[in-house]
Formats: sequence, structure tokens, C-alpha cells
Amino acid sequence: MQLTNRSKQVSNKEMTLMERAYLPAIATGLGITIKHFFSKKVTIQYPEVKRYLGPVFRGRHILKRDADGRERCTACGLCAVACPAEAISMVAAEREKGEENLYREEKYAAVYEVNMLRCIFCGLCEEACPKQAVYLRHDEFVPVFTDRDQVIWGKDLLVEDMNNRYTREAWTKEEALALDIKRANGEPTNVTPRAVP
Amino acid sequence: MELTVFIIKSITILVVFALTLVIAMYSTWGERKVAGFIQDREGPNRAGWGGLLQPLADAGKMFFKEDFIPAMASKWLFIAGPSLAMLTALLASAVIPFGSTVRFNGVEVPLQGVESNIGILYVFGVVALGVYGIMVGGWASNNKFSLLGAIRAASQNISYEIAMGLSLIAVLMMSSSLSLGEIVSQQHGGNWNIFYQPLGFIIFLTCSFAECNRVPFDLPECETELVGGYHTEYGSMKLGFYLFAEYINMFISSAIISTLYFGGYNYPGMDWVYTQLTSALGTGMGHNIATLIGTAVFFGKAIFFIFFYMWVRWTIPRFRYDQLMNLGWKKLIPLAVINIILTAAGILFLRPLIDQILN
Repeated sequence: MQLTNRSKQVSNKEMTLMERAYLPAIATGLGITIKHFFSKKVTIQYPEVKRYLGPVFRGRHILKRDADGRERCTACGLCAVACPAEAISMVAAEREKGEENLYREEKYAAVYEVNMLRCIFCGLCEEACPKQAVYLRHDEFVPVFTDRDQVIWGKDLLVEDMNNRYTREAWTKEEALALDIKRANGEPTNVTPRAVP
Repeated sequence: MELTVFIIKSITILVVFALTLVIAMYSTWGERKVAGFIQDREGPNRAGWGGLLQPLADAGKMFFKEDFIPAMASKWLFIAGPSLAMLTALLASAVIPFGSTVRFNGVEVPLQGVESNIGILYVFGVVALGVYGIMVGGWASNNKFSLLGAIRAASQNISYEIAMGLSLIAVLMMSSSLSLGEIVSQQHGGNWNIFYQPLGFIIFLTCSFAECNRVPFDLPECETELVGGYHTEYGSMKLGFYLFAEYINMFISSAIISTLYFGGYNYPGMDWVYTQLTSALGTGMGHNIATLIGTAVFFGKAIFFIFFYMWVRWTIPRFRYDQLMNLGWKKLIPLAVINIILTAAGILFLRPLIDQILN
């Protein structure tokens, strides 16, 4: 069976004098390395330059608001149940009168915390959410931290900013592929890739 | 008069000493940069422009680490090891001619630490002592891997010194002088030894790779077999000295190679440059500037060979130990002997013949 057309039969024949002299082979090797010396470098200077990771990349969490700017989360706890790493915890509270413009449902999460050290970014919370409230952003990830306190993300960091809403065009791998093909053809898309942690 | 000579000599020695250290320091940077470039990476580029402050950062790190001596190690020898390695590495630069002569107040002083008539023998003696640094360090560590690495280093260095010396004899037969200054000045006018001794050059180059414990002959620190080799137990600046000594050795052997085979400070068209400079700036100033250009050319050659060391390091895999010994004893030494015989035949029969034809 032939898997590739590059396979080579192993031969144990005696080396010729040319081969035993090492030096021609070494010269060939030096030629190869010097070619790489002058070739274009593949390094991406990470904190300054960030690569677009694709539309279905699972980055950091976001708690979405609806079109009127009300929090979607109703503190049902399904995300916390679904979480295999037990990274999510929340405290539910009842909506008071006059808070209808803040929370969409009658119950909301007064505290919603994600432990980013425990989170494995599997996206099960996203799938479990019945209210389309929690998402993993495709364009931002959890930045480097220096203190354990910085790792527990509360609502101040998680809830969406209405002036800088999070939108995403592709939701499945198939859609993402179609989008990539569209981009490759130079067609305009709504979502501009950005990467700001 | 004596004072002028003394001052110029002192300045030369100090400058050579400082330059050796700086070049060795920046070899570490160069090594990582070359490694990066060959592997399609950038190499260090965070500390300073292009990562140029990286050696300082590394040195700072080395100095601030805990200076640890293992409990069962022989304390004095443990410290003596890296000191010896550093000392012998630095000693060898004393006799290398870095340029022709400097004229000052009518005194001509060669740009060379010591003008010795046995220069190359001195270099060989000092380089041979370099084994002690490794051997003492490996022994004092009281660690079997260190000892094995040290023994390997010692046997490798001694084996390859023979072939190195034999390949050198051919050069000495042509120059009929042991003085490095004399060997260089004989190569004036494009008479570089590389054109007469290509085989000798290849043997010498291979052996100097082995002498410096560089890839493909870096078996003393073969990490797959020996953990870290002779410096397994070393840390902090003592390890730093071992690594630094290796880079100094690399610079010294590059300088020796360019001295012996590539004409040292000679370069094509240097006579024309010399006459132009002396006619424009006078015999004193013009002569000095011509000398400095020659020195720059010499350093250029040496730095090219340092680059070559690095280039080879990231090209060729390490030899097996038996392959190393086979190459040293069964191939290089016979080849060097053949080279001597060929050179002798050339000097005896070919040279008079050519002289006859030319006359």
C-alpha cells in the first residue's frame, strides 16, 4: 500500500567515497540552513500584533444585553450546571419595580462570576444558555494576570457594553468556512476582525 | 621611547582584552539570533534594539542567581574549574596579531599583545591547558555524569589536538617560522595559506570545532546521554563562566584560523590603499589608518568564522562517541600525515620547479 508518493525504499548499500567524505553532504546541509537564514520569518510579534483566530474561536465570556440594553441573564444556573470545570457561580435576585429597563426577566443574576483559572473555554455554558445570554467572544481572550484576584471575573467585566456591542457573523463551522471563503474572495463582511484583550 | 612602547602595548592589551570579552558576550546574542534566523524565527528582540541588550540581561540574571556549591563537591576545585576555563581561554589572545604596526612618535609597535617567536606553540600550550578547566570542574562536582562528561571532553580534546598539530605542521613547513606575526606577514599579497593548504585547513577547522566542544562534537555536554555534561552541577555565574569560556575559545580559534589560513589582517588591494593613505595623510597618520583598516578586516574574518561555527551548529547533528573517535584517529590523523608529506614534496620539488619556470 502506498500512502504518499514521497516514500523511499530503504537501502543498505555501501556508501560511495563521495558519501563517506561527509563534506559534500555537509555543504548541502549548510546550503539549506543558509537559505532559511535569509527566508521570511514566520514569527508574529504577539502582544503588538495579533492574529485573527477565526469566527468560531472561543475566547473570554460575555453576558449579552438585548436590543434595549437589558441584561438577558435570568440566573437559571444552567450554565453553572453545564460547566465541566465548575467555573461559574451566581447569586440570583428578584427584579424590583422600576428596574424593567435593566433586566429583561423578573429574576436576574445579582452576582455572576467566572473563574478564568478553572474555565477550560469549552463553550458548554454558551450551548446550555436558554436565554442567549452567555457567549464566548471570538475576538478577545483573557489577558495575562499577575494576581489571583484578577482571575475571578465579575459582572463588571462580563456584561456587554452597549457602546461597544459584541457581534458575530458565523455561528457554526460551516458558516465560518463560508465566511472565510467570502473574505478570501475580497467580499465585504460586517464584522471586522479585532483583537483587543 | 620605552614609555611610548609600553603605553601603546598596554593600550593594545587592554583593548584586545576588552574586545575579546565584548565579542564573546555578543557571540551569545549572535548565537541565539543565528539560531532563530536559521529556524525561521526572529531570535531575541525584546531587550534593546534587535535584542542587543540581551547579553547584559543574561549576565545580570547569572550574577543574581544563587551561587550554589553541592555539599559533597570539592569546594576549592569546584571554584577553580570555571576560573581555569576562563583563564586559559583569555590567555590565548595575547599572541594573536590583530594588525600590522602602529607608528607613534617615530616608534613602530606591532598591534599584538606579545610578539613571541613561538606564538603558535604558546597558543597550543594554552589551549591544551583548557582541558584542565573542564576536567577539574567535572571531577570536583562529585557527580558521575559530570565526571563522564569531563572525561569525554579531555579525551576528545587530546585526540583532536594531535590532528590539529599535524595539520599545522604543514603550515609551519611553508612559513618556517612559529611566530604568528611572521606567518601573517608572509601571507601578504594574496598568498593566503588556504590556497596552498586546503586539506590542512579542513582538518584544522574540524579539529578546532572539536577543541571548542562545539556541535557536531559537543559530546562533553551531550544532554541526551549525560544530563548537562561537565557543568551539570554548576549554576549561577560559575556556569556562566564555563559558557563564556566556550565563546571566548570560539573567538580565539576563529582568530587563529583567520591568522593561519586567511592572511590575518591582509586583504586584497591593501598595498594600493596603503599608498593612497600615506600620500594623502603622511607616513604616520596614513600608516596608522591603514593598520586600523587591516585590523577591522581581521575582525571581520574572525567574526565570519564565529558565524560559521554557529551556522554549522544549527546544521549538523551530533556525532556518536565512536564516530568521533574514528574520525579523529582513523581519518584526520592519517589525512594530516598525508598532507605533511604532500607539502614536503611540494616544497622540495614543486617550488624549485616553479621558481625555475618563472626565472
